[in-house]
Amino acid sequence: MSAFSAIGEEREIDRNEYTPEIEPQPTWCPGCGDFGVLKALKGALPEVGRTPEETLLVTGIGCSGKLNSYLDSYGFHTIHGRSLPVARAAKLANPDVEVVAAGGDGDGYGIGGNHFMHTARENHDMTYIVFNNEIFGLTKGQTSPTSPKGHKSKTQPHGSAKTPIRPLSLSLTSGASFVARTAAVNPNQAQRILKEAMEHDGFAHIDFLTQCPTWNKDAKQYVPYTDINESDDYDFDPTNRADAQELMRETEDKLYEGEVLTGVYYREDDRPSYQEEKQQIGEMPDEPLAERYFDGDYEWERSYDRFIDKHK
Amino acid sequence: MSDDELIWRIAGGSGDGIASTSQNFAKALMRSGLHVFTHRHYPSRIRGGHTYVEVRASADPVKSRGDGYNFLLALGDSFARNPQEEAYYGNEEVKPLSENLDELREGGVIVYDSGLLDPSEIPDFDERVEENDWHVYDIDLRSLARDQGREVMRNTAGVGVTCAITGIPLDAIEELMRDAMPEKILEPNVEIMETASDLVREEYDVDAPDVSVPTGEHDEEQVLMSGSDAIAYGAIDEGCRFIAGYPMTPWTEVFTIMSQNLPELGGISEQVEDEIAAAALAIGASHMGVKAMSGSSGGGFALMGEPLGLAEMTETPLVLIEAMRAGPSTGMPTKPEQADLEHVLYTSQGDSQRVVLAPGTVAEAYEASRRAFQLAYEYQIPTMIVYDQKLSGELTNVPASHFDREPNPDIGATLTEEELADQPHTADGKFHRFQHEGENGVSPRSVPGQKAGRYLATGNEHNPAGHISEDPDNRVAQMDRRQRKLDAIREDLDGDGLLVEHGPEEAEYGVLTFGSQQGTVEEAVDRLNEDGHSVKALTVAELAPYPADAVRAFLDSVDEALVVEMNASAQFRGLTQKELGTHGEMLSSLLKYNGNPFEPAEIVEGFTTKIVDDGELPGNETKFVPAAGD
Ligand SMILES: Cc1ncc(C[n+]2csc(CCOP(=O)(O)OP(=O)(O)O)c2C)c(N)n1
Ligand code: SF4
Repeated sequence: MSAFSAIGEEREIDRNEYTPEIEPQPTWCPGCGDFGVLKALKGALPEVGRTPEETLLVTGIGCSGKLNSYLDSYGFHTIHGRSLPVARAAKLANPDVEVVAAGGDGDGYGIGGNHFMHTARENHDMTYIVFNNEIFGLTKGQTSPTSPKGHKSKTQPHGSAKTPIRPLSLSLTSGASFVARTAAVNPNQAQRILKEAMEHDGFAHIDFLTQCPTWNKDAKQYVPYTDINESDDYDFDPTNRADAQELMRETEDKLYEGEVLTGVYYREDDRPSYQEEKQQIGEMPDEPLAERYFDGDYEWERSYDRFIDKHK
Repeated sequence: MSDDELIWRIAGGSGDGIASTSQNFAKALMRSGLHVFTHRHYPSRIRGGHTYVEVRASADPVKSRGDGYNFLLALGDSFARNPQEEAYYGNEEVKPLSENLDELREGGVIVYDSGLLDPSEIPDFDERVEENDWHVYDIDLRSLARDQGREVMRNTAGVGVTCAITGIPLDAIEELMRDAMPEKILEPNVEIMETASDLVREEYDVDAPDVSVPTGEHDEEQVLMSGSDAIAYGAIDEGCRFIAGYPMTPWTEVFTIMSQNLPELGGISEQVEDEIAAAALAIGASHMGVKAMSGSSGGGFALMGEPLGLAEMTETPLVLIEAMRAGPSTGMPTKPEQADLEHVLYTSQGDSQRVVLAPGTVAEAYEASRRAFQLAYEYQIPTMIVYDQKLSGELTNVPASHFDREPNPDIGATLTEEELADQPHTADGKFHRFQHEGENGVSPRSVPGQKAGRYLATGNEHNPAGHISEDPDNRVAQMDRRQRKLDAIREDLDGDGLLVEHGPEEAEYGVLTFGSQQGTVEEAVDRLNEDGHSVKALTVAELAPYPADAVRAFLDSVDEALVVEMNASAQFRGLTQKELGTHGEMLSSLLKYNGNPFEPAEIVEGFTTKIVDDGELPGNETKFVPAAGD
């Protein structure tokens, strides 16, 4: 029996398996977009054939970070902004586990911005969901890196003088090999995109628009969305970098007015993931490192046999 | 010069090959049967700038750099010959000669490269030579090297000269060069060394040597190793196969050794964007059941405070290394200090618990590294090794057999799928990862991918099933359980050799120290006893949980004690007083924080002047802080 027999199990998976038996009292406000992410995730995981026990959901801190309280997989609720480095190592340690990281826009683009850039550049094979509600939710409504310019909050009483971050463009330039945007109010699209993201071999970033009815009543989450992959108005190839860039610029310029474009913006299918690159250059074992610690027959090398001569 | 030891100082500019040359020299002496100890001094510069390494060799075990030295090989700072006039470099060029004279012992030897150095630029050189009865050899090492190979081989020429004067056979060095150098550069190097040696033999009367090298014999095979080597090897032997880090001196040494070797050992090394990420990666890998480590030095470690707390709250095993250097802030990057002690003990929020080990010697560093992994994984608790730039880089001989141990890949209380299926740790059909039972506070874990083991690890307070909880009773039960681990660890560590007593069993005075000052303190204590004082030393290598009973017993057995540490605020003394709650009135401090470690003579002086005679210390190198009361 393998140490990890939950991995790769082929069976029909019911979405209810991801619901904790004793469901914790939700801490999310009624009408919060976070419910939409949970729903889409519970729908997408069985579709990609990943059981709760072979899935690790790593979250940051914020309302969004509570996601794994309501999804009954393996979970790691980390600290503010640090879901990605934890998730990256988890994936390197056992690439057979499905690793999904998630957090808010403050968490992911603010305090964790540096990790975002580097995880994207390295193209780790994982899915990263950023709950973009254009606000700090859990700390009660402060301006976030995605809040529009002029946004007023208790900590920015005169209105923010900062231009908001452009998550999609940032992601693309940083090196993510899959960049998409979806929205909680669009559960079917969200589920489709999550599934594609998890099936993608590389870093898949989803800017997930989530409404925060409590602190951000005027945000764009309430306008209808256009799906760029479906709409006839957008004749566009998501594997074309220039196209993606152009479209990102367009939507990010006018995100705070008028039409919101969603869908898969960019997909680079032939680029090896970081794990594959590392294996190719001989910096990572072919078998999951984690397996080794459960293998009673594995011969552990000693420093004495390997290094002592050069010190003599 | 005394017969019982050679302290050879090779001085030059950073980048002049001082480190590799001295390492070979030390190894040759070790192979010839001597005990060796190296001390390096270097500036925070890549090329140029005065640097030296001392190699101390004796027939008896040597534990410190010693006091002063007796053989100077001054190579000159080749990078000081700056094309842009003297503007920045000033008198750097003569420093290898001028800067090193103060500590050269009476009757010592000076070999200098007359191709690069001109003693007439040093105002009182001749008088000092006469006064101190120094034996001077001016040899144009630069031309010698240039004529037969390349100018950079001046260091080899210098070694040739050294061998001729001291009578060390050239073969020993040659053999080492053969191992380290490709054929193409080996030949000219050997030739240069021989020519230099012959030249000295011809021109000077070396049959009446100015210095003689002691002879010795080892009763078992020795290896030459640094504290950082030992920590890395300890980690490897404990099955650590994942490291994440960000370069910072001197932590970089462990990080480099691990990174260069882990891939061949089937492991993974990650150089990441910052230290927060580094610690978080180690946590991520460890969460998956892999033995992982990270580390840094002062400033980088400051960034690890929050992940450190996360590891504790989620009970993820984590080993962190803190290689101290002089602070605050970026301080003095290449100089040792022991001032991050409180930082390491108390950083991170809440009632956070951790294990902190502070090895005092290279041999102990290996031990501490192994122990750190064992404790971290057995107790699912962050464990740190705190050491400093001195122990990190100094090389010492250790019996090879010390490292001849079995590997230990055990990851601690982790259930197999069979055990998970048996449901010993489940309730309501669910795995209870953080159950309250367990006398030693440890609650067995599962790892992602295992059947029937899924749970949530969270840095928020949580109930046995892993759900976030603010229930008061649960909070107390979880806190108490996590605290229980430390009691169990304290018991586990008891009698584990983490307290080293040195000197007579019965003594009037005590010297208390920790970390890299161990050897220096022990040497000082030996001298004090030879001088008729009655002193013994205690080095504490376990800072958290603090071995209060053992330290109390030591202090109760003496009348007064001196606490020796390399910082300005007496942090170790503060810790001792806090943990013991008494004894303050008998603890005085001898402190040093100028960037250089103690020399034994400074401790002898501090002890006799302040403790015995109640007098004034002469210089400002060391500082005395009297006892304070409780
Ligand atoms: C280091 C650190 N700084 C600040 C906080 C406080 N904090 C908790 S959540 C949060 C912001 C949450 O906003 P966002 O990431 O956008 O997530 P949301 O709550 O909107 O889902 C902050 C600042 C923290 N937990 N840790
Ligand atoms: S504060 Fe906003 S983001 Fe947080 S739970 Fe409420 S609605 Fe959702």
